[in-house]
Amino acid sequence: MSAEGHEQGHEHEHHHKDTFITKYIFSIDHKMIAKQYLITGIVMGIVGVMMSMLFRMQLAWPEQSFKIFNILLGDKWAPNGVMANDIYLALVTIHGTIMVFFVLTAGLSGTFSNLLIPLQIGARDMASGFLNMISYWLFFLSSVLMLCSLFVESGPANAGWTIYPPLSALPQAISGSGAGMTLWLVSMAIFIAASLMGSLNYIVTVINLRTKGMTMTRLPLTIWAFFVTAIIGVVSFPVLLSAALLLIFDRSFGTSFFLSDIYIAGEVLHYQGGSPVLFEHLFWFLGHPEVYIVILPALGITSEIIATNSRKPIFGYRAMIMSILAIAFLSTIVWGHHMFISGMNPFLGSVFTFTTLLIAIPSAVKAFNYITTLWKGNLQLNPAMLFSIGLVSTFITGGLTGIILGDSTLDINVHDTYFVVAHFHLVMGISALYGMFAGIYHWFPKMFGRMLNKNLGYVHFWVTAVCAYGVFFPMHFIGLAGLPRRYYTNTNFPLFDDLQNVNVLITTFALIGGVFQLVFLYNFFSSIFYGKKAVQNPWRSNTLEWTAPMEHIHGNWPGEIPEVHRWPYDYSNPGHDEDFVPQNVPMKEGEEILHH
Amino acid sequence: MTSLLVIIILVLLAIALWQLTKIFDLTQVGEEADNSQIANDSDNNTQGYLMFGFLAFIYIFTIYGLFTWGHLVLHTPASAHGGELDTLMNVSWVLIFIVQAITQVLLHYFAFKYRGKKDQKALFFSDSTKLEVLWSGIPAVVLAVLILFGLYAWTNIMFIDDNDDTIVVEVYAQQFKWTARYSGADNVLGKANVRLIEGINTLGVDLSDPNAQDDIVVSELHIPKGKKIHFKFRSQDVLHSAYFPYFRAQMNCVPGMVTEFAFEPIYTTEEYRQLPYMVEKVATINAIRAKKSAELVAKGEAALDSYTFDYLLLCNKICGASHYNMQMKVVVDTPEEYKKWLSEKATLVQEVKAANAPKPVEGGLEKDSTKAQDTAAVVKMAMK
Repeated sequence: MSAEGHEQGHEHEHHHKDTFITKYIFSIDHKMIAKQYLITGIVMGIVGVMMSMLFRMQLAWPEQSFKIFNILLGDKWAPNGVMANDIYLALVTIHGTIMVFFVLTAGLSGTFSNLLIPLQIGARDMASGFLNMISYWLFFLSSVLMLCSLFVESGPANAGWTIYPPLSALPQAISGSGAGMTLWLVSMAIFIAASLMGSLNYIVTVINLRTKGMTMTRLPLTIWAFFVTAIIGVVSFPVLLSAALLLIFDRSFGTSFFLSDIYIAGEVLHYQGGSPVLFEHLFWFLGHPEVYIVILPALGITSEIIATNSRKPIFGYRAMIMSILAIAFLSTIVWGHHMFISGMNPFLGSVFTFTTLLIAIPSAVKAFNYITTLWKGNLQLNPAMLFSIGLVSTFITGGLTGIILGDSTLDINVHDTYFVVAHFHLVMGISALYGMFAGIYHWFPKMFGRMLNKNLGYVHFWVTAVCAYGVFFPMHFIGLAGLPRRYYTNTNFPLFDDLQNVNVLITTFALIGGVFQLVFLYNFFSSIFYGKKAVQNPWRSNTLEWTAPMEHIHGNWPGEIPEVHRWPYDYSNPGHDEDFVPQNVPMKEGEEILHH
Repeated sequence: MTSLLVIIILVLLAIALWQLTKIFDLTQVGEEADNSQIANDSDNNTQGYLMFGFLAFIYIFTIYGLFTWGHLVLHTPASAHGGELDTLMNVSWVLIFIVQAITQVLLHYFAFKYRGKKDQKALFFSDSTKLEVLWSGIPAVVLAVLILFGLYAWTNIMFIDDNDDTIVVEVYAQQFKWTARYSGADNVLGKANVRLIEGINTLGVDLSDPNAQDDIVVSELHIPKGKKIHFKFRSQDVLHSAYFPYFRAQMNCVPGMVTEFAFEPIYTTEEYRQLPYMVEKVATINAIRAKKSAELVAKGEAALDSYTFDYLLLCNKICGASHYNMQMKVVVDTPEEYKKWLSEKATLVQEVKAANAPKPVEGGLEKDSTKAQDTAAVVKMAMK
């Protein structure tokens, strides 16, 4: 915490000049690592979104021939341009894996935790820059492995992103459970190691390296969100790692942790005494907190952006912190709501229904606090602000249907239908993606010293917003009609023939929405080089990152680290002329603290 | 392999691009920074109106959806517990629509109403304990009601009383088909294990178990109206999920364990077909199919069959490449029809005997049945 200690470290950095390798590749500077996470996340995002567009086409026009399938999937997986059912399942599986872990965990949390934690708490860098670098490169390695798995002969993993055994354990059961699944498991194991290193770093940094005056109750809500997210990650990711390792044992060394009494391909296998339900427990012990690992950073980003652009303090700062903590605590005791009909004791179902529905309370508090923050504000409707408001909208729409899915009784009939797909895409997929976009539009000037084009940003937001509702709103109806997810085609069920035109509509929105992300990509990559140069504090924000100079220097501030004198949300404070008062501005003589 | 090479090249290109940033770092010097990419009053105005427009979009889309797709949603449950479940569902929906309507209006209307203007000053309003208590208290009360209602229904549906007068039926899952086994007159299923699978005994029933002697194995599920059916589920290979959408029933089938679900059908297949909503639905589907058939015939392919409604059992847990085509017809009969149907079926033991009987030789039946018992005994030994 002592500023002097950092000062020395900072001077030390200036002794040697950065080479290309140390500056851009094996960098230990958190700002560069953040950019590395972001670019890798965007590349993985492109892959993930393209996959969804492909399988959406198959769902709208089942078993029809498309040249694009043949070009992208090759003769083996799309003979004559007709998508094979194995690869359909693989696309669904890898889309889920990439979007949840590689884009919305690493791409979102990795980028903004790295960028903002040191800058917003007033630290020279992460507690361990070296560990941070290793964390990124392990993530990079796991991304490469995941992409390589797309090219193995027997095809990529295709047992669903939840990889329930025995399907994922037996190559006889499905083609993707051969080398593709091995790579999937190795990639995820490395990913988890990367994530844990990152999370430990974030926790240690927030606890130890806050600048003078930066008490825990003066931390911006972004930092609170990243901090709590890191704790959830450290608590739950190791459990997935253990599940992955045990699955590797079952697959390769003949153990029976998850397998028992199996007769497949004309023979009885030797496995005895294991249970797939055990795997489900281990998987969802991470799997559910993972939802909050994805959404909390997005909500943290939104809190910051909504306050700044409303020119108002975030409403109920302490209530927001309490609700983050409550959500984090509850997130670790609700995993069983994914397993109401897994065959576990129905009594457990009752317990998990109770804990699950409780989460609605802190979530409602957050939603209402955002809405109240807008009330009587002076809203600066920048693209980042639009995405933040969009997030609140989809978080409410998607969150409300959670009341149905979290209720074990109602889950019986909608479990694993498209209703679930619609629910979680809105509440954590689209919402977290909006959070990520909001963060990019807001902190682009901090990352690259230039501004994103606002008009392209507006186009990007509005098309995305309309398409997101266009895709996922109708999907609730086909789910309530009883249509199961992960079906290659529904043509074998005349019962579902009347859902086909809804599927066409959904796909149309998905394709338009997907293609319009090119507007963002163009804006992003061209603005890195040609964007308007940014002023130091373009959004007139209070937090410390905007007090650092535009050019990135190792150690963040050239002189001393600024001292903090107030909370981060002194917007439109009646005692000041300007409508913002940065955290490093000392209290005026006799100035009263106007908030709790 | 070529695709992998292409990707490696792309990665290298990306790295080259990265290196270019260094050059651009140098060219930045001397350029003027400005505020042109920050929202000004005119942007705030336009975007504020668009926010209001978006609110209209959400509302119109919701109402349009309810009218256009509302009829697709499953209704009229075909099981006794389904009514309770649907009531809870409807209560939840009313609540969801109220909250959704209010919050989306406030959110988007505020975004419009308080859009930024040069001389507008925001109100410094940082917290209010009253408001926080209000909007954590109201959800807490409403949720308490929902939780209690939900748990009451869940307990009613899921806890099966063994003393109840039920018919025990096993539903057996394998890639990619369903089979059913009736427990017969004793209403107890014989023991079974995948290690006993042999020949036509595809369910691995222990033929030496006294309870298995009257078990009947069929590939079409018939159940009588008005009687609670106690389903026991098994799987021989991977996870499956037995999903009966019209009966509001679903349970996973897990290799290595037996799972259960019980429900009472309240409409026979014939009665359900006559429900006005179903008549209309089938007519719509047949109109779609007729249109598609016309296209197919024009291309010289066979036309589609016309559709009559049947209850279905679907697989609802990804189970392999043909997961999308794992189904079984479920027929709800009147009790008399059901009795008649079941009495016409041979027991598994009879079927195994018949299959093992060498056809040309007279009197071989006896010998073979002892042999079958021997095999079963051997397999049992091997298990131990």
